[in-house]
Amino acid sequence: MGVSSTSVSSSRSGRGFGNGWGYIFIAPVLAFIAIFVIIPIAAAFYYSITDYDLLKAPRLSDPLWKNYGRLFDDPRYMRSVTNTLFFAGATVPAGVVTSLALAALINRQIRSIYFFRAMFYMPVVSSFVAVSLIWLWLYEPQFGLFNDILELLGLERLKWLRSPDTSMLSIVILSIWKNMGLNMVIYLAGLQGIPPHLMEASDIDGAGRFSKFFKITMPLLAPTTFFVVIVYFIGALQMFVQVWIMTSAIGNGSLTGGPLDSTVTVVVLVYSNAFEYLKMGYASAMSVVLFVVIGLVTLLNARILSYDIGY
Amino acid sequence: MAVARTEPVATVRTEGRAWPVTRRTLLYLLMSIIAFLAVFPFLWSLLGSFKSSEDLFEFSVADPGTYLPREFKFDNYSTVWGLNFGRFFFNSAFVAAVITLAHLVLASTAGYAFARLEFRGRDVLFAAVIATLMIPFQVTMVPLFILVKNFPLAGGNDIVGQGGFGLVNTYWGLTVPLFPTAYGTFLLRQFFQTLPRELEDAARIDGASEFRIYWNIILPLSGAALAVLTVFSFQQTWNDFVWPFIITKTEEMKTIQVGLANFRQEFNTDWGLLMAATMVATVPILIMFLMTQRYFVQGIALSGIKG
Repeated sequence: MGVSSTSVSSSRSGRGFGNGWGYIFIAPVLAFIAIFVIIPIAAAFYYSITDYDLLKAPRLSDPLWKNYGRLFDDPRYMRSVTNTLFFAGATVPAGVVTSLALAALINRQIRSIYFFRAMFYMPVVSSFVAVSLIWLWLYEPQFGLFNDILELLGLERLKWLRSPDTSMLSIVILSIWKNMGLNMVIYLAGLQGIPPHLMEASDIDGAGRFSKFFKITMPLLAPTTFFVVIVYFIGALQMFVQVWIMTSAIGNGSLTGGPLDSTVTVVVLVYSNAFEYLKMGYASAMSVVLFVVIGLVTLLNARILSYDIGY
Repeated sequence: MAVARTEPVATVRTEGRAWPVTRRTLLYLLMSIIAFLAVFPFLWSLLGSFKSSEDLFEFSVADPGTYLPREFKFDNYSTVWGLNFGRFFFNSAFVAAVITLAHLVLASTAGYAFARLEFRGRDVLFAAVIATLMIPFQVTMVPLFILVKNFPLAGGNDIVGQGGFGLVNTYWGLTVPLFPTAYGTFLLRQFFQTLPRELEDAARIDGASEFRIYWNIILPLSGAALAVLTVFSFQQTWNDFVWPFIITKTEEMKTIQVGLANFRQEFNTDWGLLMAATMVATVPILIMFLMTQRYFVQGIALSGIKG
């Protein structure tokens, strides 16, 4: 990291180098990470091959892969996988396009730009519980604002969250709205990192507005796009709160994620198996599969990001 | 245009000098529409929280007279406050403050060592810390709950962690498992690396200990970065739902997000009441954001997310 090369004199002076201070400074954070992140990951792998209900000590399953085998015979789990992938597949591309468009829109020095940026960012700083509740009201079939507006426009009222055809789509729309400001700021940082001379050069060449965007801006933003896509995708795989607030059935875990399982996600099932049915082993098997998928996506990300765009 | 060269924001604005009024108006119009879409649900919720059930029932889009409450009533708020929201509010503020403080201490010490000190295995350990950024909480929540429940010698547990409830439903359980802060460590290390070395080197030659350099030189220079981390951690913990939801069992221990979620189950369609509760949980964080918004933008720039 160039520490010794940038200041030869201080490394000669000796203090702070090679003595124990470094370890003392990092020990606390490493200890907390070890206890509350590393051990639980290892434990998830262990519990996933056991039968464990929190009351009696965990017992190894027979056969060891029993919990994993059951996943594939569980139609609700398979449904949650397709729902989760659908959610990710819908929110990620739409979210990336909207936030890039927003970033391009506000990347200018005009009056009151900070005001607009702050407005776009407000959904990001609110909690998912709160915005899900607000949108639950907006989507309400009978008293909700959205249906009133549809009716005013002469369109048909929709059932939104109450119909299996539109329930997941309703959650997708809310989620894109919630996150557009976050990825907008990330894209904005990317846009502002593009050296002005590149744009000036293309002006001299007489490039048009759109060809400049697609031929210069987009390729230069490729690393940002990969970052946004992966982080967004990993986040989407963990979707939980929206379902818990908007489509849960009161006191009945087997109905959460309705109607007709149309919004049940993987993490909803991890939660309900672990904390409603006390099937810790089975829930852990689901967590491990999720972990492996996210790990693969991350590795792919690291590989793609490791090349340098070099401007 | 000389300004365009020195002004980093001006990159996509090369023909900006000659923007006709109509295009500029169009731009403002477009941005206003989007800003309205972003903010509208909050305004709608705020209005709803002041409405009586009759107001809500009589509302019609076709009649602008029904948009505002006939009378701004605080009844919903007093009901909400009476239903334990004061306690939820305190719990959230306390838990968020403790976790934020822990993040500041842990991330600044570790960030200093990773940025400035040389020791064996430093880069490998730093890479390991960064790698944990990619471990989603939803994957560890089940074993984490088991760990907290079986914590030895706590909450009636014996030495091997059996027999009681451990740290479930305690402030310990609400806060300590969220202390790990790979993000904060990364953020502050990036920032510390940008600080000039001359002051520290001078202090080292004068025989100052590493702790004094960290405390008397590095920290006072890092107000902006520490502010970024404070704002991020506080906002994240205040909004956190899944862990407090799993770990709290009684009304006295619930945080505001958990209280809000339970509220939805209890008061299914009492929208005025639900929106008042939503505003109690949201307005403080929105105000904090509006007062500190430059730190949010800085935080993202500091993380060097450009790629």
